[in-house]
Amino acid sequence: MIIELGHFALILALGVALLQTVVPFVGARNGWRNWMEVAAPAATAQFLLIGFAFAALTRAFLTSDFSVELVYANSHSAKPWLYKLTGVWGNHEGSMLLWVLILSGFGAAAAAFGGNLPLPLKARVLSVQASIGVAFLAFILFTSNPFLRLAMAPMDGRDLNPLLQDPGLAFHPPFLYLGYVGLSMAFSFAVAALLEGKVDAAWARWVRPWTLAAWIFLTVGIALGSWWAYYELGWGGFWFWDPVENASFMPWLLAAALLHSAIVVEKREALKSWTVLLAILAFGFSLLGTFIVRSGVITSVHAFATDPTRGVFILGILALFVGGALTLFAARATALEAKGVFGLVSREAGLVLNNILLAVAAFVVFVGTVWPLVAEMLLGRTLSVGAPFFEAAFTPFMVAIAIVLPVGSLLAWKRGDLRRSLQALLPALILAFLMAGLAWTMGTGRTILAPVGAALGTWIIAGAALDLWQRTGRSGLARLLRLPRADWGKAVAHGGLGVTMLGISLMLAWQQEDIRTAQVGETFAVGAFTLTLNAVDEVPGPNYRSLMADVTVQRGGREVARLHPEKRFYPVAAMPTTEAAIDNGIFRDIYAVIGDPQQGGGYAVRTYVKPFANWIWGGAILMALGGLLSLSDRRLRVAAGAAKAPRAAVAAE
Amino acid sequence: MKGLLLALLMLPTAVLAVEPGEVLDDPALEARAREISAGLRCPVCRNESIDESHAEVARDIRLLVRERLLAGDNDQEIVDAVTARYGEYVLLRPTAEGANLVLWLAAPTLLLAGLGLGWSVVRKRSAAPEAGDLTAEERARLDDLLGR
Repeated sequence: MIIELGHFALILALGVALLQTVVPFVGARNGWRNWMEVAAPAATAQFLLIGFAFAALTRAFLTSDFSVELVYANSHSAKPWLYKLTGVWGNHEGSMLLWVLILSGFGAAAAAFGGNLPLPLKARVLSVQASIGVAFLAFILFTSNPFLRLAMAPMDGRDLNPLLQDPGLAFHPPFLYLGYVGLSMAFSFAVAALLEGKVDAAWARWVRPWTLAAWIFLTVGIALGSWWAYYELGWGGFWFWDPVENASFMPWLLAAALLHSAIVVEKREALKSWTVLLAILAFGFSLLGTFIVRSGVITSVHAFATDPTRGVFILGILALFVGGALTLFAARATALEAKGVFGLVSREAGLVLNNILLAVAAFVVFVGTVWPLVAEMLLGRTLSVGAPFFEAAFTPFMVAIAIVLPVGSLLAWKRGDLRRSLQALLPALILAFLMAGLAWTMGTGRTILAPVGAALGTWIIAGAALDLWQRTGRSGLARLLRLPRADWGKAVAHGGLGVTMLGISLMLAWQQEDIRTAQVGETFAVGAFTLTLNAVDEVPGPNYRSLMADVTVQRGGREVARLHPEKRFYPVAAMPTTEAAIDNGIFRDIYAVIGDPQQGGGYAVRTYVKPFANWIWGGAILMALGGLLSLSDRRLRVAAGAAKAPRAAVAAE
Repeated sequence: MKGLLLALLMLPTAVLAVEPGEVLDDPALEARAREISAGLRCPVCRNESIDESHAEVARDIRLLVRERLLAGDNDQEIVDAVTARYGEYVLLRPTAEGANLVLWLAAPTLLLAGLGLGWSVVRKRSAAPEAGDLTAEERARLDDLLGR
């Protein structure tokens, strides 16, 4: 019964979304206040209805209601409750429901916190947001209904893919979706601004927090997925340039570009049409990502659904929204007049360069991702574009960004002094060369990657620190703590990028690998460490059987870690998984994997020493933290002042 | 990444990629083998190199690569031999000739275009007259604020 109510709530939500699309839009066009005021309560109602539908589905999963087809196909009664919960979005239908839940959540949040928005703008934003909701609600109801029942309820379910039964991956999709869908707010604001023909500093100030929030969520989501791949897939890779990873990376790059260009609009009222275009493209790439993941058109390891009707439906949504928005952009962009004047050497020019590099980098990823598809459709060639291409084509952009970032962020607005900025950065430059030298001596004869990465990472981190220091003037530490949070956020996020670059380059350059057959009781050396395979035992788990090894790691005769790598077998899904055991450290990870028993006794054992591995995700955490600091800045919280001021002034008269 | 999960879905067993028995005794040759392997795609997997894959055919290619290395072939000859047998599809790094030039040249071209466009925008902005005048709307608001 509750399932049917959930289904009904979802249909009602579609009706509400339709209403929310049309009524405020017409109201805003004709200046009818009461029509415009429909938007906010409609957004809230839509969110509550979808929330109810989602809760109904969640309940079915938690209570293992196998009369629901989706629960039967993706759950099992013996599964731990956490994975029953995450099973809700561990499948196509449920994850699309989560998508619209988040979409309507953002709409409801804009309705709740947007009290200070001018009414016509608010009405238009919520109307555009609702139109996206209409498209995806229709997609769910017509092609991917999660509420279908089975005529005969089976005794038990078919279980969730064992690889999804993992804490790192359990919360990866929600974060990613919060990021993808969060960009819909930037899109709605952009389209609303085009409809109004007005983009100003206040507009940028409203758009920025939403973009920033989406970017933070994307950062966390991507980092979670990469961390999961690192410890779960058994060879310590952390990024594979797979189409679905790229699908989340392209919006991340464009959202990063949008964040920076919106600053220029806010502070200097320039780059307006470019910022609007970026907002459209960023969400366009989110939709493209949804299309890639959901349609399986670029057959990847990730393709969930391979039903073409779904793919065509999403492609239609993509074409409608991106095509429509770009047409509107072409018609209206010229009305957006730039005001700010700035010199060739200025913060604004630096941010223009930042935007070019980020946008072209995103384009490289895009071309590499779709090229196999294009080649197959147009040329009839089946070819692959893999990690070696992306490493060759993408890395130069990151190097370029790393080089110009500290310089650009130190330049003054309007008219900067390149020489003074470079002088201020001299300590960072010296430090970067010292670190490069150190990395060079530590890894003699090995790749150039380590010294270059060490230099660039240090350059960015030290540059961010100097940036903060510069802001204090000469008044020292006390001032440092009183700096606006936006300044701290900028320094922390930039520093995080440097930390991630250090981690990636040093780990790739210096990792050591050891593959061998080890007998129980055997001792062997990997790098500076000595490992002993003490025992291998069968251990039962809640819904799997496990082969667990016991490995002691010593260094200089002293025990540093005891590792328990596992090989699990999930009988319901008939699938084995490897669970690597990792001893995490600041400067190195020790990573052990146990494999099959070998002919002639012993087990295959793979061991890695991975220097600076944790810096990759540590840097991502810093980036997200920097975003949060910036988001909590007073300026964004009181953006209210901008709109409230006139009313207050009128009252004062 | 929700889906690397599926990487393993299609594989019979998720164990180790390179098995201990495959490793060559000569570390220099083995290092070359690993480097070549990282650029070759496992034909039955999704976006996995033969070095990472657990599939049977990936193992066959790994052994083939090592066989040819022991026979004294150079890297390019080995890659060519594998491509001849399994097709262009196994090259993770597409060739930079023919239509693939579009792929390789797209980024530099767009970068140049972007830099050119950026340059002209910045030049225009720096040459633009200082926008001192307020719009009518802004002037009304200013009057409002000043209580005029």
